[in-house]
Amino acid sequence: MQLLTGIALGSIYALLALGLCLIFGMLNVVNFAHGAFFMVGAFMGVYFLGVTGNFWFSLILTPLATGALGLLTERFLVRPLYGRGIDYPLLLTFGLSYVLIEAMRVTFGIEGLPSVTPDGLKGTLDVGIGFFPKYRLFLIAATAVIIFAVWFFIQKTRYGLIIKAGAADQEIVKVLGVDIAKVWLMVFGLGCAIAGLSGILASPTRSVNPEMGIPILAESFVVTVVGGMGSPVGAVVAGLLVGVVYSMTSLFFPELAELSIFVLMAVVLLIRPQGLFGKAGAMG
Amino acid sequence: MKSFFQFIARHRVLASTLFLMVFPFIMPYEALAINILIFGLFAMGFNLLFGYMGLLSFGHAAFLGIGSYLTGIGIVHYSMPWGSAILVGVIGAAIGGLLMGFLAIRTRGIYFSMVTLALGQIVFYCFYKAESLTGGENGLRGVRVDNFNILGITVDFLNPLVKYYIILFFVVIAMWLISRILSSPLGAVMEAIRENEKRAAACGFDVARTKLLVFVLSAAICGLAGSLRALHLSIVPIDSLHYLQSGQAVMMSILGGMGTFFGPFIGAAVMLYLEDVVTTFTKHWMAIIGLVFMFFVLFFPKGIWGSILSKLNLNQDSKS
Repeated sequence: MQLLTGIALGSIYALLALGLCLIFGMLNVVNFAHGAFFMVGAFMGVYFLGVTGNFWFSLILTPLATGALGLLTERFLVRPLYGRGIDYPLLLTFGLSYVLIEAMRVTFGIEGLPSVTPDGLKGTLDVGIGFFPKYRLFLIAATAVIIFAVWFFIQKTRYGLIIKAGAADQEIVKVLGVDIAKVWLMVFGLGCAIAGLSGILASPTRSVNPEMGIPILAESFVVTVVGGMGSPVGAVVAGLLVGVVYSMTSLFFPELAELSIFVLMAVVLLIRPQGLFGKAGAMG
Repeated sequence: MKSFFQFIARHRVLASTLFLMVFPFIMPYEALAINILIFGLFAMGFNLLFGYMGLLSFGHAAFLGIGSYLTGIGIVHYSMPWGSAILVGVIGAAIGGLLMGFLAIRTRGIYFSMVTLALGQIVFYCFYKAESLTGGENGLRGVRVDNFNILGITVDFLNPLVKYYIILFFVVIAMWLISRILSSPLGAVMEAIRENEKRAAACGFDVARTKLLVFVLSAAICGLAGSLRALHLSIVPIDSLHYLQSGQAVMMSILGGMGTFFGPFIGAAVMLYLEDVVTTFTKHWMAIIGLVFMFFVLFFPKGIWGSILSKLNLNQDSKS
């Protein structure tokens, strides 16, 4: 039972880390505003749900909106900083997270919005070993679908091939006549869209307020560190692992729940500084 | 003009001491001046690691917080005299720095930032959960320092101007220490590591040990800033441990000019003054600070002081 809860929580982490990892693997940019995009996604989701009254609509509209925000961010803020080292984009997105948090406060107030569980997914379902909230099952399924879609996109399509090639050697890709700037733009947008999507997916399970992205950013960094920087497989596995560790600890030692995942990270660092699935050279 | 700046650069501790002596009189009120003093020290301690050695830590709020809390706990729960409470805070922060540094320096680059951020969150939750000692969410209250005697003279700590000069005393000592570190061989090794880690190692310097040592020194200085903050505010708010606070140190260093001696201090002063002005007409000061910060990252990556220095073309080696 607690395992399922852990997996549901872990799927949010996995999605977030996947988005971070996409952007990092391709652009070598750590998006410090990732938590803020997650938060914006949750707000947008609840807002669109209120306007359209349809959860599925908002599930489509939200990632489009945060994705568009991501495109603007890449084009006008991150792009001028390429080639200036890794710290500057990181610092810029940190500043951006301040602005996004305030923007949501101005628009929706400090209190945030009441989170809404869509009607069809309320209540619990008998899963054989007990009753489990329907929404969390949906969450697990939806994450699986999204992760599969991203995997399919990267491994099986032409665009994915270009992305992979661009991450390996951008010069060659440029020589082959691919507009690499456009690819980067798309990848950043995609990463932000996934962050927004995880925001709306998470919104029924937690309170929607401007600060909600702050702890989640630290936690998704833990996931990235545990999984190994720039490894999508690592992001997914570590996300689920962190979720399970969190909910198991909160079952047995509720006091230590928040600490447990950081301890997990410390242990992984001591044994494998490059993370579970990271390559030794990928840390620099 | 140029020789004036060179003079300041040569006597940087003396110059800043003289300036800080008159500083409270040009600020709108003393509490702001004290705040700038404390956060200037915090940013300077952080800059030792970031600006001079190129390690971008996002966990330095942990040291500010450890310093604040240990000093506060010493005074509130064990009725320590404030002098020894500061010592406890600084030593505690240094030990925290040793533990965090030990783990964090195993990683490099972007990874280092993420690991320090996550380790900082560990410290946050530890103090957050130890409610009986730290007051949890409400923060630790009642860190009071009243009158005391020095050489037979009664000093009133509650008088803001007196408090300013007492805190200045500690800040000047720390500044002097930072200046000495930077002009020592250790400072040269630090810059060598920043410029090219592999080459520094090839030259025979023990890179890992230098990193750890500087991490601990930087933690201790930030711990001192925390201790002083506890005395200044007479409470320890829980958000002193928050990673947004670490981010403030980063912002201040960048704003003023990383890797320069005065930069972090100027950054702290500008940011806190801006915050003070902006809050009088809107409560959304975070957005303004964020925009200003983004503007600097995009267009003035050297920061205020760094840009002035490069305009004047001062000797880059003795970065004042």
